Amino acid sequence: MNNLAIPVWGYWLMGLCLAGFVWMLVYSLKKYRGMHRSLYAWPYGLWMVVFTVIPLLLIGYYAFTDKLGNFTLENFANFWDSNRSMKRELMVQGFDPAALGMDARGTVNVSTLVYSLWMALICTLVSLVLGYPTALIMADRSFKMGATIVVLFVIPMWMNFLLRTVAWMSLLEDSGLINSLLKLLGFSKVQLMYNSQAVLLGMIYNFLPFMVFPIYNALNKQDQRWSEAAMDLGANKWTTFWKVTFPISMPGIISGITMVFMPSVTTFFIPRVLGGGNTEMFGDLIERTFLTADDWNVGSALSLIMMVLILFSLGLLRRVDPEGEGGSMI
Amino acid sequence: MQEQPRLINLEHINKEYDSVEVLRDINLYVRKNEFLTLLGPSGCGKTTTLRIIGGFERPTSGKVIFDNQDITDMPPYKRRVNTVFQKYALFPHLNVFENIAFGLRVAKRPKDEVAKRVNDMLELVNLQEYGKRSVDSLSGGQQQRVAIARALINEPEVLLLDEPLGALDLKLRKEMQLELKRMQQHLGITFIFVTHDQEEALTMSDTIIVMKDGRIQQIGTPKHIYDEPKSAFVANFVGESNIIQGRMIRDELVNFCGVNFTCVDFGFAKNASVDVLIRPEDIVIVGEDVGQLTGTVRSVLFKGVHYEMIIEAGGFMWKVHSTTMQPEDSLVGLSVVPFNIHIMHPMEETAP
Amino acid sequence: MKALKRGYLGLILLFLYLPIAVLIIQSFNAGVSRAKWEGFSFRWYQELFKSPDIMQALYVTVTIALLAAAASTIIGTAAAVGINAMSRRPQSTMMMLTNIPMTMPDIVTGISLMLLFIFSRVERGYFTMLLAHITFDTPYVALSVLPKLRQMNKYSYEAALDLGATPGYAMLRVILPAIRPGVITGALLAFTLSLDDFTISYFTTSPLVQNLSTLIYSEARKGIKPTVNALSALMFVALLVLLVTVNHRTSRTTN
Repeated sequence: MNNLAIPVWGYWLMGLCLAGFVWMLVYSLKKYRGMHRSLYAWPYGLWMVVFTVIPLLLIGYYAFTDKLGNFTLENFANFWDSNRSMKRELMVQGFDPAALGMDARGTVNVSTLVYSLWMALICTLVSLVLGYPTALIMADRSFKMGATIVVLFVIPMWMNFLLRTVAWMSLLEDSGLINSLLKLLGFSKVQLMYNSQAVLLGMIYNFLPFMVFPIYNALNKQDQRWSEAAMDLGANKWTTFWKVTFPISMPGIISGITMVFMPSVTTFFIPRVLGGGNTEMFGDLIERTFLTADDWNVGSALSLIMMVLILFSLGLLRRVDPEGEGGSMI
Repeated sequence: MQEQPRLINLEHINKEYDSVEVLRDINLYVRKNEFLTLLGPSGCGKTTTLRIIGGFERPTSGKVIFDNQDITDMPPYKRRVNTVFQKYALFPHLNVFENIAFGLRVAKRPKDEVAKRVNDMLELVNLQEYGKRSVDSLSGGQQQRVAIARALINEPEVLLLDEPLGALDLKLRKEMQLELKRMQQHLGITFIFVTHDQEEALTMSDTIIVMKDGRIQQIGTPKHIYDEPKSAFVANFVGESNIIQGRMIRDELVNFCGVNFTCVDFGFAKNASVDVLIRPEDIVIVGEDVGQLTGTVRSVLFKGVHYEMIIEAGGFMWKVHSTTMQPEDSLVGLSVVPFNIHIMHPMEETAP
Repeated sequence: MKALKRGYLGLILLFLYLPIAVLIIQSFNAGVSRAKWEGFSFRWYQELFKSPDIMQALYVTVTIALLAAAASTIIGTAAAVGINAMSRRPQSTMMMLTNIPMTMPDIVTGISLMLLFIFSRVERGYFTMLLAHITFDTPYVALSVLPKLRQMNKYSYEAALDLGATPGYAMLRVILPAIRPGVITGALLAFTLSLDDFTISYFTTSPLVQNLSTLIYSEARKGIKPTVNALSALMFVALLVLLVTVNHRTSRTTN
């Protein structure tokens, strides 16, 4: 049972935050002598602090403490070696894990993370390869149906993504449509569900539009004159694309990658539903750790690790596109 | 200027956009080494014509001939013309050097040749130290020079310029006008320039083509168009004008404001209705009893170079430019030398 | 070449719509089996409306989406106005506060909020789910409204004050009308995000209070009941109608 009691310092911290907030409010009122428009933002600020900052701090708190509230790095050690707690138990009871042949490092957490990263990478790459030409065709001004196609793309996105994922079940199952068709044609059934391929398919299916739209926006915004100038200077259509259109669309590509990679790494619904026993991904792991294993400390540590990774990759991407000009979804 | 060979011919060019006729039966030719300007108000089709020459638009019908070769269907990257676009269209992802070098890189020229030619160009447009800069750190005038350099480095036979000076402030614009003219004469290439600014056209061109509503209104040298406009539109568009309806009594005699005036134009039908054009600077203010017309000064504006006065005489509001001022409400006489009275066919008749 | 392009697009669209089409067709399948067609029937639609779970989930989903959208629109619009009027330092702090939830993965947001509720001994349920929804909706509203504020003439507000308006009046009659498109976009965005949300709702609610997404999740693990197919078909049609009207509206206003 996890420790629900708020430590004394917790109360102090909350009081301090609130006090700080009130002070800023008073300061603002004094500076502007009464109502100023900037005060409109304070309710929002307060809400965000309470519902975003404090929860994150809580994760930090749990990640670095053990069940009794003491500071520890055990949770992270557990990530690295999932057998660690078991080995400690054995040692406490006087056994030697090495002698029992049980001193191997439990790599399940790490390998899950690596697996998630790998799947996310493939999903992002495939989405990019499929999505860029799609966006290109849609943004082509001589293609009159462009606007209609955009709407056609938007519609599935707005449909509940669980339903869309679940819809694949009826196609991929052993008794599903594809296998029934194969049976009809005389082929033997293919195992399409509950494996990595199914999960990957589900991921690509869900995230492809999120790759297409930023790229489409970037391409659409592009001044036609640039490709005209390139052609004027002697570049044929192919060269124009590679030397002008493509590089200028880079912010859109970065935006697309960001919008696909991050959810891909952290998804837990898709592998749960479409995947089998050996396709657990990091999101699954975190959920399971929290809700099934009831271990908030390790769970928080895992969440922290995941956030660090995300921030790291976002930082990398930022390097390539410092202005963050990628097309927005809004 | 000696008659140069014709480099470009546009024959019966028509262009339709969404069932709107943007160009109607355009026929023109461009000579080698000439500075040609397409002049007209917004929407007259001058930019479309330029883009057809550049290859960015296909005419609905008609032919584009370049050096005796039909290039109507030729894509822009094969034509020996280069364009300076209206808002420069510099590549944002390349610095100044690479922007200018673009055409050479496409043609896969060797590195040292590219470096030399780009640096020569930077010198030509006076941007020697700017090679490594990004394009958005440059001012409008600097960007424009990069755009010109980027086009010229490919040694085109014709340079197309689509209102390149529009975004510049007045002083810079005037400087660039002279600069461009000088460049054209120095390089000896044909410039085709598009603008709506008549002063610009008059300053820079060897030949002006005035356009309106997709049709050519008049072709001629600046002086010819200014002195002998063929229609009220051209007269109004190029230079300031007073245009009044009159009647051609007979050759060299026209009647307007109830008075007969001797003029120098002939060839009109007897008693034909005509448009009479007199430039404000050609009207002479004389004593109220000795003028061909008598009138009252209604307003006076100091324009620096001259005074602009509106004088009501003979039932018409005359715009008069003079370096001496006549006070408001004073009675004056107006006279004009026969040579400065221009007779034109009335507006409807000149539409081809 | 053109045919190639159209073919490619067609394939991608087919990929996108195939499962949806199958789902909708299945919803009319009289039988339970997914492979055998046993005749056309509205049976599952009827059962859908008779199922208390689904009806409650629908109620929860729609009401939370509406309430969250309303609340986040008010808070978010006020926030945008406030942020826009701030000097640089506080402004960047606020922007950071806005960007953090947007860069956080859903699962972390959901879990952190869950921890918050448990920590503060608040029982999870409808109310906590609502709070969570408002939390993740508001930044999107703020970010929809801010560009419109920036586009607005910055002196309009002061001009109003100069002409005798009180700040409140100026806010209502000058600023709000100018940013209306952004507010509406933000509200629609918030509504859609809330309608669709799964992960955050999953962690911030109790098993007794389900929205459609969490319901589908629990059903999915047991095997899809055909009523869910009927539900998805209806949702799809509803969405189609909504989107077409929104599209129609925006194309009319831009013309």
